[in-house]
Amino acid sequence: MAVPVIELRGITRRFVLGDSVVKAVDGIDLDIGPGEYLSIMGPSGSGKSSLLNLVALLDRPSSGSYRFEGRDVTALDDDELAALRRDSIGFIFQFFHLVPRLTAAANVELPLTLAGVAPAERRERVATMLAAMDLADRAHHRPAELSGGQRQRVAIARAMIAEPRLLLADEPTGNLDSHSGAQVVELLEGLQQDRGITLIVVTHDAAIGRRAQRRLRLVDGRVESDERG
Amino acid sequence: MGWRDSLALALGALAAHRGRSLLIALATAIGVAAVVLLTALGEGARGFVVGQFEALGTNLLIVMPGRNETTGGPPPVLGTTPRDLTIDDAYALAAWPDILEVAPVMVGNAPVSVASGLEREVTVLGSTAAMASVRHLDIAQGRFLPPGDPHRAAAVCVLGYKLHHELFGSEPAVGRWIRVYDRRFRVVGVLRDSGVSVGVDFNDLVIVPVASAQMLFDRESLFRIIASARPGAETAPAVEAVHDIIASRHEGEDDVTVITQDSVVETLGRILGTITLGVAGISAISLAVAGILIMNVMLVAVTQRRAEIGLMKAIGARTGDIRRLFLIEAVLLAAGGALAGLAVGVAAATVVARTWPSYPVAAPPWAIVTALVVALGTGLVFGVVPARRAARLDPVEALARR
Repeated sequence: MAVPVIELRGITRRFVLGDSVVKAVDGIDLDIGPGEYLSIMGPSGSGKSSLLNLVALLDRPSSGSYRFEGRDVTALDDDELAALRRDSIGFIFQFFHLVPRLTAAANVELPLTLAGVAPAERRERVATMLAAMDLADRAHHRPAELSGGQRQRVAIARAMIAEPRLLLADEPTGNLDSHSGAQVVELLEGLQQDRGITLIVVTHDAAIGRRAQRRLRLVDGRVESDERG
Repeated sequence: MGWRDSLALALGALAAHRGRSLLIALATAIGVAAVVLLTALGEGARGFVVGQFEALGTNLLIVMPGRNETTGGPPPVLGTTPRDLTIDDAYALAAWPDILEVAPVMVGNAPVSVASGLEREVTVLGSTAAMASVRHLDIAQGRFLPPGDPHRAAAVCVLGYKLHHELFGSEPAVGRWIRVYDRRFRVVGVLRDSGVSVGVDFNDLVIVPVASAQMLFDRESLFRIIASARPGAETAPAVEAVHDIIASRHEGEDDVTVITQDSVVETLGRILGTITLGVAGISAISLAVAGILIMNVMLVAVTQRRAEIGLMKAIGARTGDIRRLFLIEAVLLAAGGALAGLAVGVAAATVVARTWPSYPVAAPPWAIVTALVVALGTGLVFGVVPARRAARLDPVEALARR
């Protein structure tokens, strides 16, 4: 078997809230292979988002080890983690998190700008990506001028522009109507199949969660079930 | 992320809050404009005063009775004046080859009246014919005091421009008589309007022969001696010579103070320069206030843009990228304000200079450079805290659902 994209061993994440310590993630072991489509479900407070933040390299575990593409990332400093996120991981958020003053094209361009890609190449790649997301005619609109579904597609375009190998979606349909939501899910699944990327979707919408090939269910920061097929 | 991209993003962020950005830039602009304009005015005042003195000739030596170790300052008001400074002392100075002319001076106040019954208290200046050339006095009517024996108390006088008008209206005064105390003097000339004058107001006085003044005030000692040195002559040896000559005439006692026009101009220039600096410093405080405003608005921006900062970090912005973005924004605010303020300050100084051409108002380069550097510096310094706060934001918290 190929090297797992994600290899978690005994990962915990504790938060101190006043006098009490909350274990948001409580000793999870998890291997996710390249090209897998995984959904993470569970009730509110079960640690779904905390786990995703850890996988996303946005947060550091309180204990345990994490190998990303075979590389131990627990000891990396903030800037090394930022570079890894920039080059290898795409994010999609429930609230889109588009920069309101920037056009759709400029939002999609941001990761390339951060990576220092030359302007001409940036523009070309952004145009191609927007066309692939069926947003070519919306390139110069600001987020406020776009529908929810369009905004999330801009966010997906931004997540994919740097050609990451891992795509993480945190409640990607949580703020969309069912029609737009279905469109977004189909788009993500298409990307996973066509480009062979690893896709992890956090959701509490069972209908969406069921579509994944592998389904993880968390309760109280622990893996309750891990189903395939 | 490259500098150009950082700059473009920072500019975009400022443009998105145009009103707020302009207000903050305005604060810096006012500070810079104040520094530029006030130093321009200060330098103008200095230039004006120094110019006035230089117009009198920088080759003047002024000899005053009494010893005073300072240079350029007035002689002590109190204190001993051991020996009279006499008319003969004055003429003895003319022996020094570098001294062209000497004018003994006596000054006092006396009631002056005319036949029409008008009477007022007037400054009476006793001197000789040399006074006209030493102080560059121009004659409007008649002539100046006649040359001749300085010990002769001739009953002639020269009127200042303004005094002439007060005493005789628009009638010519030459040949008319005026009375000072109980002595009558025939008017031989009237001075031209000297415009603005520094020191003695030559528009409002009576000039009489020095011997007449001695009689009027019943005093032997001169108020001072004005000597003009040959143009281009070193003043220091001339000052030495004056001391030596006076000492030899005063039984070896060097009991006079000699100031040169140079040192007066220098002292005045220094005083006014210090005032300018002080005023510039006070107005520079407004730049510090502007810096605090910049910090405040940037802190607000960091709070408002938490989600954006979190997003940028999530998609790979390094700490340094974020810090640089916010620092550039702060510096752009300061720079925009500074340039606008510079334009306003220079424009205002130009208007003043055009309106009062005799007043050489112009912002000195050092003030412009300092104002710009201080403005940019405050932007940078006060931008650091907000930028660091932005850069340190935890992406998970920053992105947390609203």
